Amino acid sequence: MLYREAGQFKTNYASDLAVFPILQDRMGIAAILLVAFVAVPYFGNDFLLQAIMIPFLIFSLATIGLNLLTGYTGLLSLGTGAFMGVGAYACYKLETLFPGVNIIVWIVTAGFASAAVGVLFGLPSLRIKGFYLAIATLAAQFFLQWCFVRIPWLFNYNTSGAIEVGTHTLFGIPITGPNATSTTRYLIALSIVVVMTWFASNLVHGRIGRMWMAVRDMDIAAELMGIRLLPTKLLAFAVSSFYCGVAGAMLVFLWYGGAEADVFSINQSFFILFMVIVGGLGSLLGSFLGAAFIFILPIFLRYVPPHVGMSIFPATVEHITFMITGGLIIFFLIVEPHGLARLWQTAKQKLRVWPFPY
Amino acid sequence: MRAPSVAEIAAGDVLLAVEGVSLAFGGVKAVSDVSFDIRKGEIRAIIGPNGAGKTSMLNVINGFYHPQAGRITFKGKTRRAMRPHAAAAGGIARTFQNVALFKSMTTLDNIMAGRSLKMHKSFFWQIFRHGPALSEEIEHRKTAEEIIDFLEIEHIRRIPVGKLPYGLQKRVELGRALAMEPDLLLLDEPMAGMNLEEKEDMSRYILSMNNYYGTTIALIEHDMGVVMDLSDRVVVLDYGRKIADGTPDEVKKNKAVIDAYLGVAH
Ligand SMILES: Nc1ncnc2c1ncn2[C@@H]1O[C@H](COP(=O)(O)OP(=O)(O)OP(=O)(O)O)[C@@H](O)[C@H]1O
Ligand SMILES: [Mg+2]
Repeated sequence: MLYREAGQFKTNYASDLAVFPILQDRMGIAAILLVAFVAVPYFGNDFLLQAIMIPFLIFSLATIGLNLLTGYTGLLSLGTGAFMGVGAYACYKLETLFPGVNIIVWIVTAGFASAAVGVLFGLPSLRIKGFYLAIATLAAQFFLQWCFVRIPWLFNYNTSGAIEVGTHTLFGIPITGPNATSTTRYLIALSIVVVMTWFASNLVHGRIGRMWMAVRDMDIAAELMGIRLLPTKLLAFAVSSFYCGVAGAMLVFLWYGGAEADVFSINQSFFILFMVIVGGLGSLLGSFLGAAFIFILPIFLRYVPPHVGMSIFPATVEHITFMITGGLIIFFLIVEPHGLARLWQTAKQKLRVWPFPY
Repeated sequence: MRAPSVAEIAAGDVLLAVEGVSLAFGGVKAVSDVSFDIRKGEIRAIIGPNGAGKTSMLNVINGFYHPQAGRITFKGKTRRAMRPHAAAAGGIARTFQNVALFKSMTTLDNIMAGRSLKMHKSFFWQIFRHGPALSEEIEHRKTAEEIIDFLEIEHIRRIPVGKLPYGLQKRVELGRALAMEPDLLLLDEPMAGMNLEEKEDMSRYILSMNNYYGTTIALIEHDMGVVMDLSDRVVVLDYGRKIADGTPDEVKKNKAVIDAYLGVAH
């Protein structure tokens, strides 16, 4: 009984409504935040921050975005990459048109452009579902990617066709561009992700989250209870695309430092979808677990074997990674559609009753 | 409060009336020229053999199907067809013949979802889950808990309803409908597949709702014992047509009804 709520009684609804009603959970969250905000930047080297933590945070945010749409509302989208791209290009345009405003404002504001585009491509969701909707979002993916290449205004007519990130500062400290340290960029990414995760958690635990899940589980019953399907689905598209858009802007401005259209290709969409599936449909925690798994596992496979004296060709590592990831996705689809998040819950349940079997 | 007597119901206000409603799916005539009314405060049974058009009738009443002909008057307003959202907002709730719960959500969330229409705090407050959004959530949680107490489902509050046995699912579904605080509650075979004890419980809930909250109920049920005990008036459908309408006793003696149930050829 390492982990349990014995003796923790809720005497009012407010405390029972808390997202983490159990003390150990709250302490766990506090510990994670402490490690993330203090220990990681203090002890972490450039490699950890730049190659692992920053992208992990960005992909987690995009995964939360897609999870709100696919996991919580049951609407499959293959346009995640493009919606991320809309955020990135919008941020770039805003930043170059209004250089006086702080870049963090534009990174977040870019999400609104993405949300608007998401709503537009979400309109067919009233009439079509499942695979057919996925195909509609696929059309969005290709159309938007075409725009990123063919509309030079979007990348300010750069001959390279790429968007480039200049140096921006906050209180005199560079936060984007070549002069910004990975620590600063990490802390900014972390702050954005923490706040947006908190918002997402509040949404899914309240009326709006219940409406999304109701539409996902039984749309007819939801409709007959007075939940309007189209506005509910469009809200999911808007919020989801907002998250993906901010993630896209962060990807360019806080990680890559520049990007071309093919960063936001269909591959990116699938990459995020895999994170959602492996992490767990309809789970915020799962979004982080999925992003960690899909993104960090290959890095692990690449760097750990040489350290323990095994020499594997990079190409072999690539193949192994593909095979493992593919195998895991199939495993999760068949055995545990609720992903790593559900495995974690099961483990927690076991701890709660340990040493008894139940 | 107490249940209205037969005489009071006969004299009572009409809450909902359908007139000459016809509904066809391609060549299949599910409902043909049916008229009846439901008065405030009564339990109105709709019975008939399989495929008689009972479920279709409920779907017309809450706007899921739009009839090809006829009129529907609800709370004094006459329409050619209801719309789901308008019906729900106007106070029509329902349960389904084959349980249509939100399977992966908990009992509590299913019931809370039933209160969606009554919760209005904006997206802005929702993302903070503080201030007005939180007090609204608490206020509705109290109502949800009252319903949970009433239906005696405290022990399954936190369980995803998909994992519950059928009888309990039916009960949660009733709770979700109750959460809408409906003026008119449509129950499509609420006791199908239940054992005797479960049926008695369910009958008790239906009667108390009717008695204490004054909820008007339209009930589809195959168990004649239940129908005769619970309902104030009965309408009988067969092959989409209305063949009888009256008190349980009148209907029981009706020749057409006896024939329909014994399967006499028309
Ligand atoms: N969506 C639909 N599409 C086509 N036909 C339908 C549809 N819904 C109902 N029907 C047909 O309409 C007729 C009436 O069906 P309905 O479900 O209303 O009967 P019911 O009285 O509820 O029967 P039961 O007691 O079996 O539930 C049946 O012949 C049925 O096959
Ligand atoms: Mg039926």
